[in-house]
Amino acid sequence: MAAEGQAIDALGQFKLSPVLGALGHSVNFTQANLFMVVAGLLTIGLLYFGARPRAIVPGRLQALAELSYEGILKMCTDQIGPEGRAFFPFVFTLFFFVLMGNLLGMMPYAFTYTSHIAVTFALAATVIVLVTVVALRIHGMHFFSYFFPDGAPKLLAPLIIPVEVISYLSRPVSLSIRLFANMVAGHVMLKVFATFVVMLAGAGSVGFVAAVFPLGLNVALIGFEFLVAFLQAYVFAILTCIYLHDAVHLH
Amino acid sequence: MSEERDGSDRPRNTPGHPPGGSFEDRLGAARRRQGLEEAGGNSGPGLSPAQGSALGMGLRVGVELVSALAVAVAIGWYLDKWLGTKPFLLMLFVVLGGGAGVANVWRLVAPPKSPRRDEPPRSGGG
Repeated sequence: MAAEGQAIDALGQFKLSPVLGALGHSVNFTQANLFMVVAGLLTIGLLYFGARPRAIVPGRLQALAELSYEGILKMCTDQIGPEGRAFFPFVFTLFFFVLMGNLLGMMPYAFTYTSHIAVTFALAATVIVLVTVVALRIHGMHFFSYFFPDGAPKLLAPLIIPVEVISYLSRPVSLSIRLFANMVAGHVMLKVFATFVVMLAGAGSVGFVAAVFPLGLNVALIGFEFLVAFLQAYVFAILTCIYLHDAVHLH
Repeated sequence: MSEERDGSDRPRNTPGHPPGGSFEDRLGAARRRQGLEEAGGNSGPGLSPAQGSALGMGLRVGVELVSALAVAVAIGWYLDKWLGTKPFLLMLFVVLGGGAGVANVWRLVAPPKSPRRDEPPRSGGG
């Protein structure tokens, strides 16, 4: 799978290539798009088939669907307040899009679309535009007082306002870089150690024994990556909730 | 988990309400018996800030600092290009961006004013 030409090709896995033959080629339908569609279908399928039994004592799939629904709803109402219910569909969609992207990326032969800054930044930009629109809608011009805290001395306004504006604008950047960097770093590490296994195993009997160590490390890393996949989706969703809280309540 | 639906649907799997309090009470009692309720009810995905790993915290601080600086440099660069004041606005905004980064980090580590946590506990390492 790796080690062609005796070089570690750790970034080749993030390359986009069109799928679905000539049709996909003509509209640039890449694996990233394909896995986004798969992620969407999986989420819909989870909720549809999870909700269908309608048992009072839920089975496994129904329990999964109910727990994810109630967990995100609780996150919204805890973080944003009672108004959070209005944003629940948005946060739920966002959480599952990121989570499915991260988890699908853990499957062999799959593509991690959350490892592209274009994707994560588009998501983060959507969040920040929504947050700003919500804040302007609720508070009108009063929203701009967000950039100048109450008790601060007026003399410091020329310093505080640019700093607060930059801080506000850096939110989508840090939100997208966090997700993207975590996914890229994890997959690069997996690829590098997997390449070590192949290279060492090809280097004679001593190397064959030594190859056990990177292999064991990769097993541990896979587990860690599953943790990161969940954690990053959770962090993305909860930061969205916190920004929405700021938009609804202004401080 | 949702008891709102109790009774509105066909009660397929429950043999009626046995004595001994509501479902939540019995579930709580069963969980205590199994030793699952140590966390004081704060179960679920909400990790407390104290549980955040040092590596995760360090990564978060780094991302906050760098992203604020990157945004400030971008603003300064394009304002310079637009207004023709070549290096000066960039210099000013580098300083402001550093300040904004520190402000971000302060918001991350500051003791919360309200009962609500200000920021989520941590980002995973990577």
